[in-house]
Amino acid sequence: MSDYILELKGITKIFPGVKALDNVHFSLKEGEIHALMGENGAGKSTFIKVITGVHQPEEGEIFIRGQKVSIKNPKDAQKLSIAAIYQHGTTYQHLSVTENIFIGHEKMTKLKTIDWKQMHKDAAALLKRLGSSIDPHSTMGNLTVAEQQIVEIAKAISTNAKIIIMDEPTAALSKRECEELYRITEQLRDEGCSIIFISHRFEDMYRLASRVTVFRDAQYIGTWDVDGISNEVLISKMVGREISQIYPKQEVEMGEEIFKVDKLSKTGYYKDVSFSLHKGEILAMTGLVGAGRTEVCQGIMGIEKPDSGKVYLEGKELKISHPSDAMDYGVGYLPEDRQKQGLILDWGLGQNVTLSTLEQFTHGSIINQKEERQKSKELLERVKTKALSVFDKASSLSGGNQQKVIVAKVLNSDLKVIILDEPTKGVDVGAKAQIYEIMSSLAAQGYGVIMISSEMPEVLGMADTILVMREGRVSKIFDEVKGVTQEQILEAAMNT
Amino acid sequence: MDKVKKFFSSNIREISLIIVMIAIALFVQVRSGGNFFTGENISDMLAETAVLAICAVGMMTVMVTGGIDLSIGAIMALSAMVGGTVLKNNQSLPTIVIVLIAIGIGIVCGLINGTLVSKLKILPIIATLGMMNIFRGITYLVSNGSWVMQQDMGARFLSLATGKVLGVNNLIVIALVVYIIAAFFMTQTRTGRKIYAVGNSEESARVSGIKTDRTLTMVYTILGAIAGLGGILYVCKYGVAQGETCTGYEMNVIAACVLGGVSVNGGTGRVPGVLLGAILLGILNNAMPLIHVSSFWQEAIRGLIILLSIIANSLIQRNVEMKALRRRNI
Repeated sequence: MSDYILELKGITKIFPGVKALDNVHFSLKEGEIHALMGENGAGKSTFIKVITGVHQPEEGEIFIRGQKVSIKNPKDAQKLSIAAIYQHGTTYQHLSVTENIFIGHEKMTKLKTIDWKQMHKDAAALLKRLGSSIDPHSTMGNLTVAEQQIVEIAKAISTNAKIIIMDEPTAALSKRECEELYRITEQLRDEGCSIIFISHRFEDMYRLASRVTVFRDAQYIGTWDVDGISNEVLISKMVGREISQIYPKQEVEMGEEIFKVDKLSKTGYYKDVSFSLHKGEILAMTGLVGAGRTEVCQGIMGIEKPDSGKVYLEGKELKISHPSDAMDYGVGYLPEDRQKQGLILDWGLGQNVTLSTLEQFTHGSIINQKEERQKSKELLERVKTKALSVFDKASSLSGGNQQKVIVAKVLNSDLKVIILDEPTKGVDVGAKAQIYEIMSSLAAQGYGVIMISSEMPEVLGMADTILVMREGRVSKIFDEVKGVTQEQILEAAMNT
Repeated sequence: MDKVKKFFSSNIREISLIIVMIAIALFVQVRSGGNFFTGENISDMLAETAVLAICAVGMMTVMVTGGIDLSIGAIMALSAMVGGTVLKNNQSLPTIVIVLIAIGIGIVCGLINGTLVSKLKILPIIATLGMMNIFRGITYLVSNGSWVMQQDMGARFLSLATGKVLGVNNLIVIALVVYIIAAFFMTQTRTGRKIYAVGNSEESARVSGIKTDRTLTMVYTILGAIAGLGGILYVCKYGVAQGETCTGYEMNVIAACVLGGVSVNGGTGRVPGVLLGAILLGILNNAMPLIHVSSFWQEAIRGLIILLSIIANSLIQRNVEMKALRRRNI
């Protein structure tokens, strides 16, 4: 008999082009709360999905109570008493609490119809056991995030789960709600459940966990007893990578202030975000996923309008209520979701590149298609996509080339400030270097550049100024990048 | 050779429609003892189809944005009824004024639909379903239950549908003009490009700086204007305007669009395809009586042929796409 209720050895999971997990180990003791930590993209989510049978690992073995098992799908995981509670609930918003708890394992009457009476009774009992007074008849969508999580926990224990995985459960909760969740988590542990608790908050870890495991860049770094470890050590474990790549950053004399954001706020997303940007400056906005970076920039652009706050360009206040207004002023945006917001996938590259700037080729509202083709060819060459024809469909391109096409599209507008949202995400190494070069030359030409990025080396390698966001607010601004360490940035990004 | 291949693969929808059309026409020609391909029959058929074809082009602009307008039949009825009633009370008015009145009413109706969809974010199918009933109700109110008959309209107005330009029926000429303008508008102008952009990805279009609200309002307004024109031509051709005019007509219009390759999901659809789709429906309507198909059967057969040609078409399309994927060699 093994000491561990769950053990994973040498797990490797490969997605096209990336190793999401690389020879990862993990062990969970019976009746422990085990914290799992790591930066964005460290592989935590993929790891959970391997345990719950959503993904199949290419290599590695999983043991439950010392027995080797194979988990081919979520149903298998359920049979092995494994349940996961995801951050963004996999709940059915329009169904009742009872239905959400019993979905997939409904109680039946003798006549093979659904036994509503029994189910409502059981649901109420489960919720009561968790110390909650949620009405099982209420609609899921009307509950708060915290209440929905409790329902999900009830669902997990209704399937008799013994291994419960919680993926950033505290991320969206208030302090009081966190306390409630801590209480329930401890209760589950005392009732004999073993819990994997994923969180970016050190507070969660100290409060609940007895051991902590750190992943970094898809690899297993180590496991420690919580009692004997400090924030500083953990943070250094999370970021402890060498910056080996040389970034093609040109030395640029920073000009006068060109762009300023003053106390931008949007209820529920971000609050009092202020910063300023100079000509020739690259400002990196970093932080954990969900810190509100994209939301702020989409607010600046008028994609999702902020509730309050002001935006200035060259000292003039801007009135932006639509992305076209922002572009008219000279503020351009490369969205993170290239496929959904950046491109029209069914169209050729030529038409994609000119979509924002059709006026340039239009005479009396008629498009001069020859001129348009010529110009789009030029633009595509400028971003080094020579091999591509203007007729190639955007959907047939790799992530890197798609990104370059969007850069070309934005370059055609008459801009002063360019916002790039995760410009190298999902982009291959070669294209990455080219995107850095383009970014650097834009700064050299006097553009103000804002780069949203989760990649620490790229932030340190490219930025003149680093703005770190945490939970919708500016947590820290590093005006001088020289000497700033990854540890300092992560510390500002995490709730310590 | 490559050019020919490319032409075929990029126009596969239109070409397959033409093939179906020819097959049906030949079949009917043989079965009817040569009564189909006569100058008179063809001209009749096209004149009958003209109004449907005109309306289909309006529906196409809406469907390309991913929407749909169920109220098109009701807009036709309302604008025709208003035009007809004005005419009844004042037969001396020039025909063009009556037509413009009908188009004006259509524009107002379309603007309402467009605002509901773009500003109030109501699903197009719901918004236009509601407005369909409202427009129809107003039509009854305007008519007060009475009909506008042939004698109320006067010979001068009626000659709009029977007159000819260079030996071609006026309705066919009007339809041709509408199609030429539409083809140019959709492919050569900035606004046309924006309509396709919104239909392909409203989100991308908006982030690219296109005022998607405006584009949406506009397509419903265009449809309204075209429905106004279609409505007045319809009553002119059939010589009567009443509360029930064009009830259920929206389904024919949508069928013509779908046959012509307009996707209900938006983003795709071309003007020539829609024309062919409308003509195919016209041929079916004309041919079945010619070969003495029982009128009980006609509806069902029409439905069957619509379904079959759409299935055939999507199979061909999938085949083409598969070939393209195979070429990528992954």
